[in-house]
Amino acid sequence: MMITLNDVLTLLPAVVLLAWGVMMLVVDLFLPKERKAIIPLLAGLGAAAGLGVNLALTGYSQTGFNGMVVLDGFASFTNTLLLIAALFAVMLAYDYMRRMNIERSECCALMLISTAGMMMMVQAYDLIILFLALELFSIPLYVMSGLIRGKISSEEAALKYFLLGAFSSAFLLYGVAFLYGATQHTNLAGIVAAMQSGTANYIFLMLGVALLLVGLAFKLAIVPFHSWAPDVYQGAPTPVTGWMSVSVKIAALAALLRVFVVAFPSLSAQISPVLGVLAALTMIVGNVLALVQTNIKRLLAYSSIASAGYLLMAFVPYGQGEVASHAVAAGLFYMVGYLFTSFAAWAVVAAVEKAEGKDLEITSYAGLARRHPWLAVAMLIAMVSFIGVPPTLGFWGKFYLFRTALEGGLVWLALIGLLTSLFSAYYYLRVVVVMFMQPGEVEARREVWVNLLAVVSAGATLLLAFIPWQILDWATAAFLRFP
Amino acid sequence: MDYTLILLTFSPLVGFLVLLFLKEEQKTALRWVALITSLVTFALSLWALAQFRMGEGGLQLVFDQPWFRLAESQVTFAMGVDGLGMLMILLTTFLTPLALLSTWSAVQERVKGFMIFFLLLETGMLGVFTAQDLVLFYIFWEFTLIPMYFLIGIWGGERRIYAAVKFFLFTMFGSVLMLLAILYLGLTAGTFSLSDLVLARQVFAGAQVWLWLAFALAFAIKVPMWPLHTWLPDAHVEAPTAGSVILAGVLLKMGSYGFLRFNLPLFPEATLQLAPYMAVLAVIGILYGAVVSFAQTDVKKLVAYSSVSHLGFVMLGIFALTAQGLAGSILQMVNHGLSTGALFLLVGMLYERRHTRQMSAYGGIWKVVPVLGAVMLFISLSSAGLPALNGFVGEFTILLGSFSSSTLGSPWFAGLGALGVILAAVYLLVMFERVFLGPVKHAENQSLKDMNLREVLTLLPIMIVILWIGLYPSFFFNLMNPTVSQLLATVQTAAMAIR
Repeated sequence: MMITLNDVLTLLPAVVLLAWGVMMLVVDLFLPKERKAIIPLLAGLGAAAGLGVNLALTGYSQTGFNGMVVLDGFASFTNTLLLIAALFAVMLAYDYMRRMNIERSECCALMLISTAGMMMMVQAYDLIILFLALELFSIPLYVMSGLIRGKISSEEAALKYFLLGAFSSAFLLYGVAFLYGATQHTNLAGIVAAMQSGTANYIFLMLGVALLLVGLAFKLAIVPFHSWAPDVYQGAPTPVTGWMSVSVKIAALAALLRVFVVAFPSLSAQISPVLGVLAALTMIVGNVLALVQTNIKRLLAYSSIASAGYLLMAFVPYGQGEVASHAVAAGLFYMVGYLFTSFAAWAVVAAVEKAEGKDLEITSYAGLARRHPWLAVAMLIAMVSFIGVPPTLGFWGKFYLFRTALEGGLVWLALIGLLTSLFSAYYYLRVVVVMFMQPGEVEARREVWVNLLAVVSAGATLLLAFIPWQILDWATAAFLRFP
Repeated sequence: MDYTLILLTFSPLVGFLVLLFLKEEQKTALRWVALITSLVTFALSLWALAQFRMGEGGLQLVFDQPWFRLAESQVTFAMGVDGLGMLMILLTTFLTPLALLSTWSAVQERVKGFMIFFLLLETGMLGVFTAQDLVLFYIFWEFTLIPMYFLIGIWGGERRIYAAVKFFLFTMFGSVLMLLAILYLGLTAGTFSLSDLVLARQVFAGAQVWLWLAFALAFAIKVPMWPLHTWLPDAHVEAPTAGSVILAGVLLKMGSYGFLRFNLPLFPEATLQLAPYMAVLAVIGILYGAVVSFAQTDVKKLVAYSSVSHLGFVMLGIFALTAQGLAGSILQMVNHGLSTGALFLLVGMLYERRHTRQMSAYGGIWKVVPVLGAVMLFISLSSAGLPALNGFVGEFTILLGSFSSSTLGSPWFAGLGALGVILAAVYLLVMFERVFLGPVKHAENQSLKDMNLREVLTLLPIMIVILWIGLYPSFFFNLMNPTVSQLLATVQTAAMAIR
């Protein structure tokens, strides 16, 4: 098979990132120890380059590599989010790594390589590519979560993530095998064709879909496949956690959306109830367990589990044509809000955290509003946005998600979503109470990149909420390519 | 296109922006900026009143711009006022500068944050009373939670955090179901604009009892109606004086306002059907609030529980669904804002002097602080419904309206309500006696300072308006009458259709 220019163009943003990441590993070998500070800068440039290429390619719609990968509005949209997340992550990591004495240049390179994997996953139009991309983005993550060598919780995180991640990959691969057995295809177009012609083996098909769902649910940390998330989030270095909680979610959800909306709408009668139960469980368990957390990283971990539940909720009626396109748009919109809201929160966490993971308890945030009003306000905006109170992106995100759920006739699910949001208000407000209403002497880092990130993310969370329709229009325009 | 209401609603934000650039240490400047901003907002509301054509029904000063589409449903940036909205706006802009004036010596800590949250709160409240689109309304409605939460939580009393969180969670619990109902309305009718929804109401008429209940829960918690009132005493007692004034004066009115603005015109059949049940809850609230007030030893708690009783009257008047009942309720919303707001101001002044609100710590202080005593008597009597003062006009009209109400169909509602009036006189006068009359009980009260000029200036405007309403209420009735007739016509048409 000849690789054409068209093929390369389809995957160009991911390729740029991958090549840049590999190049950084090589450059690193020749850098003297005192010059390593340049590495995050290089990584930032790489992410920016990828973002530029991606934006330049926005609007193109094509398939490459014999229809195995696809570039469409949906991919461009999620790639943009993933690249912004990578940029933010580098900002977050810049000072943190040095301060924690884990200044390891491979971290930034791995971040780029992993992001490339995520982008490929979003663009995958073939289940084999989907699996390869999943591994490409997961393996660097296992390494990065164990980056604080010698710290038990970090090592535990890496091992746990690796074992459960390997499990989930196996589930996914097994699912792909079943689907291949049922349809003789791994390509989405082929699978759709086989299903339409009625030659597909129904039992194998359902088994395959179920296993595929389990594999992706692991990555998304959907209940009951979530148990790894709090430990991993707590153990991993904070910039990695922050980045992972956003990017993995975007990539896995995008893949889930694409595969199910494109290939399996005809099975929605069987799948939707399952998705509904998973969404309800995720919202309930995520929010209820978050109530009892005292560690901010664990709190945000459960909060991200809950967010996956909200996202999944809108996706439940995905088989209903018109509703599906609204669900996709609402999902993409929510991810934009989630990206900015999360990074605002994580930037504050990184700024407050001290060596050896000190000052990660929520109680240690006492007095932040007095000492560092900007950081406290950034965290406040993040918390308010997570609850879903206007005027924040989080409010509109939930608004659109609930609307889609109602449109799909899922009043009960929307009700669960709204009531669990109420639960969430309690634990998010606790952080606000501690920051603003309790006396304390917490010290935060006055580090320019982290502070900038906090202000930019919180500002976006607040200001973009005044033009939500703009983002929704983009998200709606981000169509999925059908066979 | 009329920009008056936009200007009015967002004018406090100008002050907010100025405050951002001031330093925490510039306390005087911070206070003045907030006060002047709120006075400008008050002036703008008078300007809006000047443009308002009395005697006309329907919305005026309308700003109506398509805002954005939510999939197939249109969200409009619609603002407008009728007589009801106008009164609520005036109440808000009138009480805000007075509340700010009361913070001059009471708030010494974190002045900048206080003023910022106060101005944000004012924009939120004005937005609630001007918004004519359900999404826009919901945004403002929810938004008021955040500044109030901070006002209670940072500047409140000892159990402030508990009270603030309880306030937030209770109100949000109600709002959550309202959001669901709003989404449902928007989806079925294709628009979120209130006036369009009223026209298209047949589309969702089948589900209207459920929708009615979803809205009603949000509003009943805010009012607060018995048995959803439990957040209120906590919030009131813990809130700083200015916060209590605004909470009682304006925020509670958002609940009864919501019933009038949304439940009545959108779901008149359900309103008719459920009115007797609401009236029962209202009467229980009147009596319960009065009896519990009677048992209080803390003056502020007494005033807080008396709010439960007074707002019971408002709810009774609304669900009598007669012209007098509705008009009385709207007037009583204003009355309660003035009288209870003033009572909270007075309690705050006592507290600043003695740092206690227990009645037993006072006694006989009228001799020491004659001006404060006289003002307290005046306000207490207005709250108790003495003729020639504001409360009498409102309560009398409400009782008249509920007595003859065909919807309620029983004079018992009015009868039991009237019992509440008597009880109110009793608990307020007992409070006054215990605090102000007799010999001075405690030596430390001998040297209490009387009201200073600033404090007099805070209360004088309220007293003037109280007298105005008591002696010449027709200005207020004229303002609201077209709105009342319109609401009534909607309900009567529905009643015909049912028969």
